[in-house]
Amino acid sequence: MYKTTYHRASSVEEAASLISGADDGKLLAGGQTLIPTMKQRLAAPSDVVDLRHIADLKGISVAGSTVTIGAGTTHADVANSAEVRSACPALADLASNIGDPHVRNMGTIGGSIANNDPAADYPAAMVALNATIHTNSRQIGADDFFTGMFETALNDGEIITAVSFDAPEKAAYQKFPNPASRYAMAGVFVAKSGGGVRVGVTGAGSDGVFRASNMESALSASFSGGALDGASVDPSDMLSDLHGSSEYRANLVKVMAKRAVEAAG
Amino acid sequence: MASISMTVNGRAVSGEAEDRTLLVEFLRNNLGLTGTHVGCDTSQCGACVVHVDGDAVKSCTMLAAQANGSDVKTIEGLASGGELHPVQKAFHENHGLQCGFCTPGMIMAATEMINRHGASLDEKTVREELEGNICRCTGYHNIVKAILAAAQEMGGAQQAAE
Ligand SMILES: Cc1cc2nc3c(=O)[nH]c(=O)nc-3n(C[C@H](O)[C@H](O)[C@H](O)COP(=O)(O)OP(=O)(O)OC[C@H]3O[C@@H](n4cnc5c(N)ncnc54)[C@H](O)[C@@H]3O)c2cc1C
Ligand code: FES
Ligand code: FES
Repeated sequence: MYKTTYHRASSVEEAASLISGADDGKLLAGGQTLIPTMKQRLAAPSDVVDLRHIADLKGISVAGSTVTIGAGTTHADVANSAEVRSACPALADLASNIGDPHVRNMGTIGGSIANNDPAADYPAAMVALNATIHTNSRQIGADDFFTGMFETALNDGEIITAVSFDAPEKAAYQKFPNPASRYAMAGVFVAKSGGGVRVGVTGAGSDGVFRASNMESALSASFSGGALDGASVDPSDMLSDLHGSSEYRANLVKVMAKRAVEAAG
Repeated sequence: MASISMTVNGRAVSGEAEDRTLLVEFLRNNLGLTGTHVGCDTSQCGACVVHVDGDAVKSCTMLAAQANGSDVKTIEGLASGGELHPVQKAFHENHGLQCGFCTPGMIMAATEMINRHGASLDEKTVREELEGNICRCTGYHNIVKAILAAAQEMGGAQQAAE
């Protein structure tokens, strides 16, 4: 790891001023992506600003049907939350299958969506749930937030403070994990609510997380696995790497989508 | 360089370290606690697992500065007064190790797992929760057996005390 200077922020305002004062600073949440990247020397921030001790960024609340999760909430806390479990069990299940227990004890929802790894789990849920991403300066809809592989609408130094969404009527997430890394080779989050059905796909798209609009219209007409029989996924939009070809991933997306619909019931 | 203080295995410790120092480096190099191992550079093997404020974490994926002020427990802190911790004893009795390289991380992961699940811990959960701990020798079978045996003993002891 290259040299860096560590700062611990105790409020969002303090973090914002520390990061804007840094030469080439990075926010540090759970560190489960940033620290490995720095160890590999793929990132070399002059400063890191630790968000983990900011109480305002942590916690889960439910008001009516709106679920709000602080950006600094760990995967373990989402997985074990009785509120999330009752409002949207699919999201608790998703969190409980990220990486391993040690990663879940540190990694946060804010870090995961800010990073927007094309194989990360949370982005699929955020687009399927039509979530709102709250930052220290504005609110961004999930459709506009994820702009491409490892790319988001965040400005330099902008801090995610929370995500919120309306509890869906039904939802489920199915992931086909890479057997070595446990990241998704294809992960599909299906959510049905008053506004229709939304399908978020991670792990497979060559441009990162995306919505499968043809599946959404098929499922809005009939919410059943069979409704997806005719839905096609274009392999030319899929990733291809040593873990699987684009044709393989296109098929996996369809299989995971069907399983998710069946699991949602 | 910064001054870092924490409680390790119940003892207040401090040392000077660069901000880029990993927690595992601080434990091994500054404090001489070499029981915590480093088995990979990709945050995947779990040989480095310690408890920070009660949670099992990978000490190779945390800066020492992040743990400044925390309560840390390592494998050296488990046995008390020459008496092995029940999880250590169960690994010994069930032949849960061969070369032993993964064992400190396995045992720290196992103790946290048992703290969370108690005696209700079942085989499927143990296997799922060992996702982040790689062993190149045992084939995991005896590790799972050891953890289940320790969960029984520790859960049983808790019940007896209640
Ligand atoms: C072994 C292993 C297995 C894993 N498996 C999976 C998996 O199966 N599925 C999966 O989805 N992920 C997986 N991960 C990644 C894990 O979920 C990370 O926790 C997550 O991607 C990043 O969250 P973090 O809190 O650790 O962020 P950090 O690593 O601290 O930060 C990541 C990035 O986000 C930025 N950032 C952090 N917080 C904020 C904020 N509040 N506002 C703005 N920017 C912010 C940082 O500056 C940095 O660029 C795995 C990681 C490891 C090490
Ligand atoms: S040394 Fe920490 S996970 Fe391998
Ligand atoms: S006993 Fe050798 S790696 Fe596990």
